[in-house]
Amino acid sequence: MSTKLRILVPVKRVIDSAVRPRVNKAQTGVETQGVKFSMNPFCDIALEEALRLRENNKASSLVESIHAVSAGPSKAQEVLRAALAKGADESTLIDTGSTDVEPLGVAKMLKKIIDEQKSNLVILGKQAIDNDSNQTGQILAGLLNWPQATNASKVEVDEQAGKVTVTREIDGGVETVAAPLPMIITTDLRLNEPRYASLPNIMKAKKKPLKVVKPDDLGADIASRLEILKVSEPPVRQAGEIVESTDELISRLKKAGAV
Amino acid sequence: MLSTLLKRGRPFATMRPLRGLSTLAVVENAGSAPTPGSLSAITAASQLGEGNSITALVAGSNAKEVAERVSKVAGVSKVLTAVNGNYDRNLPENLATLIAENVKKHGFSHVLAPASGFGKNVLPRAGALLDVQPISDITAVESENTFVRPIYAGNALATTKSNDPIKLVSVRSSAFAQAAEDAQAAAAIEDAVDPDSPLLSEFVSEELTKSERPDLGTAQKVVSGGRGLKDKENFDKVIYPFADALGAAVGASRAAVDSGFADNSLQVGQTGKVVAPELYVAVGISGAIQHLAGMKDSKTIVAINKDPEAPIFQVADLGLVQDLFQAVPELTEKLK
Repeated sequence: MSTKLRILVPVKRVIDSAVRPRVNKAQTGVETQGVKFSMNPFCDIALEEALRLRENNKASSLVESIHAVSAGPSKAQEVLRAALAKGADESTLIDTGSTDVEPLGVAKMLKKIIDEQKSNLVILGKQAIDNDSNQTGQILAGLLNWPQATNASKVEVDEQAGKVTVTREIDGGVETVAAPLPMIITTDLRLNEPRYASLPNIMKAKKKPLKVVKPDDLGADIASRLEILKVSEPPVRQAGEIVESTDELISRLKKAGAV
Repeated sequence: MLSTLLKRGRPFATMRPLRGLSTLAVVENAGSAPTPGSLSAITAASQLGEGNSITALVAGSNAKEVAERVSKVAGVSKVLTAVNGNYDRNLPENLATLIAENVKKHGFSHVLAPASGFGKNVLPRAGALLDVQPISDITAVESENTFVRPIYAGNALATTKSNDPIKLVSVRSSAFAQAAEDAQAAAAIEDAVDPDSPLLSEFVSEELTKSERPDLGTAQKVVSGGRGLKDKENFDKVIYPFADALGAAVGASRAAVDSGFADNSLQVGQTGKVVAPELYVAVGISGAIQHLAGMKDSKTIVAINKDPEAPIFQVADLGLVQDLFQAVPELTEKLK
């Protein structure tokens, strides 16, 4: 029996990775006014992997659908349009307004979307570069009681057996694990190189489905469990010195007791 | 603390955790000993408050052996063991179930694990099973429910309070000293509740990078190479002898790893390893935000780069603006 893939790819809108975030004056978060936002780089890799699974298995039509989903403000529609332009078939925005929902809440909403979409493979980024939590994929796998393979650097699907083999980046090297579908995969940087969307595809993406729902429509409990009491700047390092020669460098290090 | 609780008019029943904090420290095994990161997590546990009892959880076929070691660690009052080969490969599905079942059985108020690949994989899954929002990668303990953690690649620190009844926390090992063994200590070793849940995934194989050098995560000195090394041959020729002359571990920037100069497991940065050695030497590394996130808490930072405008010089204590191909072999010779 062969298993077709119905892939769900959650994508997050975050401050662009090239921007150095600044803590706001009120110390409640970082400055977002006039700051460039983009798709979280790890989500981009997750989407790319879904697209490659489809392209590399065209003959067997392994991939039945690729659905992109984002939870965030209405502006997160932009990252969904970008996902559609790259090749996702359809998308859902869970409009959470200005609330930044915690990973547990996001995972609960994703679970509802998975039920609705009948997804059997979810590919997520390993972490969002804003909150750096590295949790959503694992929590989602726990809620669903599905197997999980995090930090993937290689993904292979055996269609006949309905089994996925994943090479994972671990401390000290890599390991390979295998699990039957349905399963959860989170992506590491090394998995692939995401593509750019072409202009014609960006135009076409405007006509692809983008459904907007509210958290209430999904009936998931997304109440915050954590309170951010304060967001502060990390301690600033003392200005350093430029030394003129390797000899000077060594003597300075010796004086400091560093060598 | 008591007076603030009374002012809020909360019932006395909710004060119970204050009287008896009890922490489960999840131990990651390295052969027959706990990993250094697990010992840092035990130190973080000891900072949660007065009267906190710390129970360590060790799982795997060698659990008894590791438990012997852990029972001698200062601050640990009990060790729970799950002697079961199904936990040997750290597969997250059955491990998360093991953690959750033991939390339910013993009523722990806190669960701490190292923020290593192991902890990051397992702890959030346990969070789902306990309906708790975990807190990742803490660098400081403010109180039993309030923790500091870096966000935005370390460009901001978030002081975060958990209102969950159970606190699930992963601990950045470079931010906490390793708990030491204490000859006097001898914690009781008991059997954990072992749900022995079915394996949902299977371990196929692993490829570990073998190295005689100090471990990157815990080394006192680190030498890292970046794009400036140009290729793998140069990386091997320049960085390794220099690291050996210093007795340092070897790290790499993302650019160096992406270009195949060094193994992925050596990447230092937001999404690689976070290190805080006594001495960090950045060779041919420009100093992107993502790299700084992984090393800017090092005690002394040295940068060697021919570009005087490279951002790495803004965090370096000592900078040398020179061609690395000349400077580094020279340094290596002089240090020998």
